Amino acid sequence: MSGEELLQGTAPHSVRGGHRHPWRAPGLLLPLAFVVLLGFAVCAPHWFTALEPDAVDTGTILLPPGPSHWFGTDQLGRDLFSRVVYGTSQSLSIGIGATLVACIGGILLGTAAALAPAAISRPLVRVIDILLAFPELLLALLVIAVLGRGPMNTLLAVGLSSIAGYARLVRSQVLQVKLSGYVEHAVTLGEHPWSVITRHIVPNTTRPLLILATIGVGGSVLSASSLSFLGLGVVPPAAEWGALLADGRNFLDIAPWVSLLPATVVAVSVIAITLLGRRLQTLLARGDVP
Amino acid sequence: MPGSVRKLARLGFRRLGVVLAVLWGAATIAFIAVKLIPGDPVSVLTGGENVVDEAERAVLIQQYGLDQPLIVQYAHYLGNALIGNFGQSYQYRQPVAEVIFEAAVPTLQLAGCAIVLALCLAVSSALATAGRRKGLRVALSGLELVLLSTPVYWIGIVLLTLFSFQLQWFPVTGGEGAAALVLPSVALSLPLAALLGQVLRDGLEEALSQPFALTVRARGVGETALRIRHGLRHAALAASTLTGTLLAGVLSGSILTETVFGRSGIGQITLQAIKTRDMPLVLGLVMLSALVFVIVNLLVDALYVVIDPRLRRTAP
Repeated sequence: MSGEELLQGTAPHSVRGGHRHPWRAPGLLLPLAFVVLLGFAVCAPHWFTALEPDAVDTGTILLPPGPSHWFGTDQLGRDLFSRVVYGTSQSLSIGIGATLVACIGGILLGTAAALAPAAISRPLVRVIDILLAFPELLLALLVIAVLGRGPMNTLLAVGLSSIAGYARLVRSQVLQVKLSGYVEHAVTLGEHPWSVITRHIVPNTTRPLLILATIGVGGSVLSASSLSFLGLGVVPPAAEWGALLADGRNFLDIAPWVSLLPATVVAVSVIAITLLGRRLQTLLARGDVP
Repeated sequence: MPGSVRKLARLGFRRLGVVLAVLWGAATIAFIAVKLIPGDPVSVLTGGENVVDEAERAVLIQQYGLDQPLIVQYAHYLGNALIGNFGQSYQYRQPVAEVIFEAAVPTLQLAGCAIVLALCLAVSSALATAGRRKGLRVALSGLELVLLSTPVYWIGIVLLTLFSFQLQWFPVTGGEGAAALVLPSVALSLPLAALLGQVLRDGLEEALSQPFALTVRARGVGETALRIRHGLRHAALAASTLTGTLLAGVLSGSILTETVFGRSGIGQITLQAIKTRDMPLVLGLVMLSALVFVIVNLLVDALYVVIDPRLRRTAP
């Protein structure tokens, strides 16, 4: 590396690092704090509220938000805040589970589409292209039509419908990594092709995949809540976020909070997760993360 | 030049091949999905209850070709699909093409308004803030990020609560008249505008930092004219790569928007078709989605040539 390249590589870095440590920027800390809060709501929902999420009380039907019921109550007098808090675990686990399904599917499909012999990989690339041509929501609706409703099926529908995007990323990464020196080295040393794939190629595609997956969790929470909102996701008695706000749609004129507040929680959570993912992306791109 | 004509023809054929492959793939995936759906199509045909006797049942099965082997049904379906015939909808007892055509009108109005609105918002925000007005730029890109991660239905519910229930400026539901179109279009257009605005601004900033921008400025052309006449072209090239994402946003967004605002349209019949397992209609809708995707992509390819004069000089 010449001196000029070295200068170009390091100079902007030191200027940026001069003022504030990149990890302490509010663009990272605020979303991180909110995501940690969500984590607590999953692990220990009783820390946030003393009220039961399923306790029906006919004396408190459709109360507006106030000191005793922070988010008001729904049409059965259940406390909306505790329903949202207790619903966090289901919404987030569907979001994370769906992203895992999409990642694993994407790694398998993408790696196969990059490394398999042309007779297999070419049709696979076409399949990825065709899947990308469909809106994810439509694919998810098709999967729901085949499998039926329910939390597990919502997870699968959201996960399966977003495989194509991950597969495309993995394929392009694998095609890049395939040409690198260490892969050539391993092949020359006579390592078994499977071991080259699992030990060298796939691990080296994980970093961009991780960023896409972080942002993807937000997208999956969003898609799952959209499905529930359309009446094709999680079945209503469950306190999943989308189901909560779908419930409230009938009372929009007299009690808008029943829909609005859970929907706002969904929106803020997705924004926090997306911001976190993007922030990590820029930090990684700048090389601040080892 | 016969050489270049032949080249062009070959390119056209290859493009046509890709189009047909996408459509065939979509049709096949949809067919497999529909055949995997559990349940008895005859019970859907007769309204969910198995009230018909055996003879009537047999007639229905024969009428809809459900007694034939799968491969025959598949071939039949593909052949008919080629001439635009997707059979009778189980639920509406009408040809699928007719059902879709009727529902397409309100959806096209909604989508058209939303796209135009999104374009106006995105272009003006990009023109105003690319590379200048730092405060406004930061505020707008923050807003764009928020809008991108916000559920479409949340925007819809907020607009509905605020402008229909509280202020009563707009009708609450229904698909009639221009007033009923305002809120749904706004709700659908905001996320699209956010995505487009981001890319347009980046593209414009990139273009304005290039040497040609300096040349134009040195000629004494004003900043606004430079941005509109020279910069926007480059930004549009960058934005046209997003067509697929935007199209998906319009399609899935209109399903959600139509549900929030209680409008009839493609989104509503899609939901109904999936809920009632109306297979011919589901197949028709999937093919429609693929067809729209293919056509829009072809149009965008043609648009490249209009936007970028360099492509006109060097034949592909």
